[in-house]
Amino acid sequence: MKYDVVVIGGGPAGLASAKSAYENGAKKVLILERDKELGGILQQCIHNGFGLHKFKEELTGPEYAQRYVEMVKGYPIEIKLETMVLNISQDRVISMINPIDGYQEVQAGAVILAMGCRERTRGAIAIPGERPSGIFTAGAAQRYINMEGYMVGKKAVILGSGDIGLIMARRLTLEGAKVEAVVELMPFSGGLNRNIVQCLDDFGIPLLLSHTVVDIKGRDRLKKVVVAKVDENRKPIPGTEIEYDCDTLLLSVGLIPENDLSKEAGVNLDSRTNGPIVTDSMETSIPGVFACGNVVHVHDLVDFVSEEGERAGKFAACYVSAENCKLENVSNIKNGDGIVYTVPQMINLDNLQNKLEIFMRVNNVYKNKKIVVREGDNIIASFKRVHLAPGEMEKILLPEVLLKRISKDITIELQEVI
Amino acid sequence: MKEMICILCPVGCHLTIDIENNYKVTGNSCPKGEVYGKEELIAPKRVVTSIIRVEGGIHHMVPVKTDKPIPKELIFDCMNLLKDIKIKSPRKVGDVILENILGTDSNIVLTRDI
Repeated sequence: MKYDVVVIGGGPAGLASAKSAYENGAKKVLILERDKELGGILQQCIHNGFGLHKFKEELTGPEYAQRYVEMVKGYPIEIKLETMVLNISQDRVISMINPIDGYQEVQAGAVILAMGCRERTRGAIAIPGERPSGIFTAGAAQRYINMEGYMVGKKAVILGSGDIGLIMARRLTLEGAKVEAVVELMPFSGGLNRNIVQCLDDFGIPLLLSHTVVDIKGRDRLKKVVVAKVDENRKPIPGTEIEYDCDTLLLSVGLIPENDLSKEAGVNLDSRTNGPIVTDSMETSIPGVFACGNVVHVHDLVDFVSEEGERAGKFAACYVSAENCKLENVSNIKNGDGIVYTVPQMINLDNLQNKLEIFMRVNNVYKNKKIVVREGDNIIASFKRVHLAPGEMEKILLPEVLLKRISKDITIELQEVI
Repeated sequence: MKEMICILCPVGCHLTIDIENNYKVTGNSCPKGEVYGKEELIAPKRVVTSIIRVEGGIHHMVPVKTDKPIPKELIFDCMNLLKDIKIKSPRKVGDVILENILGTDSNIVLTRDI
């Protein structure tokens, strides 16, 4: 079986890329999804706040997902559900398994990786203590409560103040549980300000900055969580311990792009994003293999995932029709002061588009800075920002006139506004 | 003077509201912030999102929301209304499940097909 474009993952990135691949001329498009329905993690994110950029209105996760599912279903795009992809070969043969077809291999003209990300667990951050039940990742608890209809506990502590942790603090409270505290290792929250207001402040849930979990007690079910203040090196300070009687600990301690398949296929990964290194056309180090969404880097807004998906789909379709995405004349984007990573990491100078979006994250909370793009000492562009934070992804747009000034590697950094 | 963070969009503007001066809002980067800042101090409102039981769907629960923001103090009363509701699939996104809840002029609607 042969397809022009095969998309791995039916979440927001996969749906947007499949739609865009079809609209840009790919005739036979296939989406492979592991779950029993399309939509990905959006289906369990029943809170509102999605789609403000993309649809100019405030939607819930399932509503946002449904819009894209309907767009995709409006095209003759093939969908295989409950399908697990086992392997992607260098020449883009995809092997998979599902209850209907059994084991199957398909040849793809182009592949789009859209597998999303996975939550870090207790093991990933090595919390000491006993190993009772009652410890969940925030996302797993979200799926149990919002889709399966099981409550996870009565009294909870949440570790991590990223958006998922904050949203789950509110969700547990609404469902009748008591959230004792949200505990954050860093001196600032990793979540959006609006979520601190409407998820914690609204319900009087305390946020403990510069604190972490130092012990877990309980033989069968969780009984106590011990929290302590940390110093500037993030080491617990003895004598500052607080004990919480609770039956549940939710972990919202970071997300990691899900790249088992990409690694096996030989795609080069970036150690800062944990996702594939991509060019401005979202192409990975393997020609014809593209990537988009949280598999590339963890986004805070789904609206930008969709945008990235649309870009990947467009260039995958272009690759199938013309194979014009050669990687010979490449400019690398380097990180200067204050920048943790950029996506894309490379610009294909032979194949410049009329504009280029660069996503990035900063390493601290800043006020009144400018994001500067420079080649050597030559400043190509600068963008003022009143407020910057690690939890909020930044985006800059380089128009064609500025792109044409680039001839070798560029650096992106934060500078003082004078 | 009261300081707060606007929650209407991900920008999260830092607002300052002058209560004595007819709730004059500064610090907002769009007109929505002005309306929010004033309303948040006089009569704060929230959209409530939750779940209700469903029979015959591919999941046990289906997500719902209030189609308009309701007064903040009614959030838990609204949650109570949802406790014992059970619907049968198939139903469509946007279907009204409860009308004019708690006299707020807001309806409980489904947020997905099931």
